[in-house]
Amino acid sequence: MFKYIVKRILMLVPVLIGVSIIVFLIMRVFSPDPAPIVLGQHATIESSNQWREANGLNEPIYIQYFNFIKGAVTGDFGTSYYTKTAVTNEIFSRFPATIELAIAAIIFASLIGILLGIISAVKKNTIIDHAGMIIALIGVSMPIFWLGILLIILFAGVLHILPSGGRINPLLQPTGGIGFYLIDTLVSGDMEAFIDAFKHLILPALALGMYSMAIIARMTRSSMLETMNQDYIRTARAKGITDSKVVTHHALRNAMIPVTTVIGLQLGSLLGGAVLTETVFSWPGIGNYTVQAIMKSDFPVVQGVVLLIACIFVLINLVVDIIYAFIDPRIKFTKKEG
Amino acid sequence: MKQKKAKSLVPDASSQAAVLLEKPESLFMEMWDALRENTAAVVGLIIILFLMVLAILGPLVMPYDPNFSDMTMSFIHPNAQHWFGTDQLGRDILSRIIAGTRISLTVGLSAVAIALTIGVVLGSIAGYFGGKLDTIIMRIMDMMLSIPSILLAITFMAALGKGIDKAVIAIGLVSIPEYARIVRGSILSVKENDYVQAARVIGNKDSRIIFKHILPNVLSSIVVRATLGISSAVLDTSALGFLGLGVQPPAAEWGDMLGRARGFIFTAPYTLIFPGVAITITVLAFNLLGDGLRDALDPKSRKN
Repeated sequence: MFKYIVKRILMLVPVLIGVSIIVFLIMRVFSPDPAPIVLGQHATIESSNQWREANGLNEPIYIQYFNFIKGAVTGDFGTSYYTKTAVTNEIFSRFPATIELAIAAIIFASLIGILLGIISAVKKNTIIDHAGMIIALIGVSMPIFWLGILLIILFAGVLHILPSGGRINPLLQPTGGIGFYLIDTLVSGDMEAFIDAFKHLILPALALGMYSMAIIARMTRSSMLETMNQDYIRTARAKGITDSKVVTHHALRNAMIPVTTVIGLQLGSLLGGAVLTETVFSWPGIGNYTVQAIMKSDFPVVQGVVLLIACIFVLINLVVDIIYAFIDPRIKFTKKEG
Repeated sequence: MKQKKAKSLVPDASSQAAVLLEKPESLFMEMWDALRENTAAVVGLIIILFLMVLAILGPLVMPYDPNFSDMTMSFIHPNAQHWFGTDQLGRDILSRIIAGTRISLTVGLSAVAIALTIGVVLGSIAGYFGGKLDTIIMRIMDMMLSIPSILLAITFMAALGKGIDKAVIAIGLVSIPEYARIVRGSILSVKENDYVQAARVIGNKDSRIIFKHILPNVLSSIVVRATLGISSAVLDTSALGFLGLGVQPPAAEWGDMLGRARGFIFTAPYTLIFPGVAITITVLAFNLLGDGLRDALDPKSRKN
C-alpha cells in the first residue's frame, strides 16, 4: 500500500516537468514579446531591450527554462512584471479564497446531486425522475459564467437579498487568520462578518457547483439503478425489508463507490471552472488572478499559477484513486505479487 | 463493457464478414434505428438541424444587419421591431444571435474535427504498437490533461491572439487527449481478437489493419464522444469569448456578447439573457443527441 502510493507520487514528477515545459513553451516561444505590453507602446527599443535583459528574457530559451525550474524547486516563481511582488506570496494570499469557494461548491454539488440522484432512481420513470434529470441536463449544458450572471440578476438585481460580487464587505474583512473567511470570522467571534462572508459565498458556490451537481446526480441515479437490480437487493426485498431501508442500508453504500470517484474528479475540474466564476463574481482568488496575468503576458505569474494548479489537479486525482481503492474491497493493491 | 460491445458487433465469423463488407451502412442504420426510439435524442437532432439551417441561411433570415450600429437606438427593450431588443451600440440582438450560430457551430465542429483527427491517429499508434511509443504519447496526453482544459485554452489564446481560426486551434488542441485515450482503449480491447490476428497473418499492412479492421469497430464510441465533444467545444468557445479572448470585434459571438454586456447587468439585463439561452440550447441539443447515441450504441445501457 505504502509502496503503491510512493510509486504513484514518483510517477507524478515527469508529468509535472512535462506540464512546466508545455506552459513554458506556450508563454515564451509562441507568445508575443511582453516588453511593449509591460512598458507601454511608447517604449523605445533601447528600454525594451534593457527590460528584457533585466528579466532574463534575452538568455537562450533552455537557460530561461533551467532558471525557472531552479527557482520553482525552492518555491520561488520569480516576481510579477507589474507589481514586482513575489509570485509565490501572491499565490498564497489568493489561494484560500479559491479553495474556500471550491469546497463550498463541492459540498453543494455533492449534497444536492446525491439527493437528486437517489430520488430520481427510487422514483424511476415518474414525473419526479424526469424533472430531476431535466434539471441535471440543463445543469451540464449551461455556461458557468452565464449561470453566474443569471444568479446576480435575480438575487442581487431583482430581489436585492445577496451581494453581486466580492468576498466580504471590506470594512468587515478579518485580519490574520488562515484566509478562509468563514473560519476566520467564526474564530474571532465576529458574527456580522461571518454572515456577510457567507452571503458573498452563496452565489459563486452555486454557479461553480451546478455543473458538478448535475454530473453527480446523473452518476448517482445510474449507479443506484444498477445496484437496485442486483440479486442481494432482491433478496433483501424478499425478506420483507421496507423500501426505504433497502435503499439506505443495502443499496446506497455500494452505489456510492463510483459516485465518490466522480466527486473527486469534479473537485479537480472545479479549478478550471473557478477561472470563470471568479471573473464573474470579482472573487479575489487564483482564477481571477491567472486570467489577468495571462491577458497582460505576466509570464512569471502564469507559469507559477498553472504549474501549481496542475500539481493540485494531479494530486487530487491520485487521492481519489487511493480512496477508491480503500472503499472498494474488490480493488487490491498489487503488493503481494512481486 | 467495451469487450462486450466488440463481441456483439462481431458475434461469429460469418456475420463478422458481413459487418466488414457493409460496415458504413450497417453502423449508420444501426444508430438510426436505435436513435429513432429515443425521443430526447430526436429532439436534440431536430434542434441541431434547425441551428444548422439558421447558420447556413444566416443573412437571409436576419431582420437587421448584425453589425449595424446606431447609438440613438441603443438599449431598446424587446418589442415588436426588435424581438430581443438592442445592445449598447444599438445593434439588433436577434440578428447578432443568428450570426453567432454560424460562428459557434463552425468553431464547435472544426475544433472537434481537429481534435478527432489528431487524437485518432495518436491513439491508434499508441494502442496498436504499444511499447515505448505508447508510453511517450500517453504521457504527453497525461500532461495536457493535468491542466484544466479551459485554462490551457486561455493560455493558447493569449499566445495566438484573437480570432475564430485561433479559437478553433486552441480548443481543438486541448481536446486531443480525450480522443487519443478513447481510441487507444478501444483498440487495446479489440486488437487481440482473432479477426485482427487473421488480417495480420495474411500480410496486411499495419495502417490497413488499423483503418480497415480495427477502427470501424471502435467507431461507435468515437462518434458518441465527438458528439458530446461538440457541446463542450461550444461551451469553451463561449467562455473564451466571455473573457474577451474570442472573436475580433465587431463579429457576433455569443460569449463575446455576454462579456461586453456585463457592465449593463442591472440597467439592461435582457442583453444578457438571450445569448446565454442560445448557448444553452445548442449545448443541450448536442448533449441530448450524444446521450441518445450512447444509449443506442451501448447494448448494456440499452437494457435499462
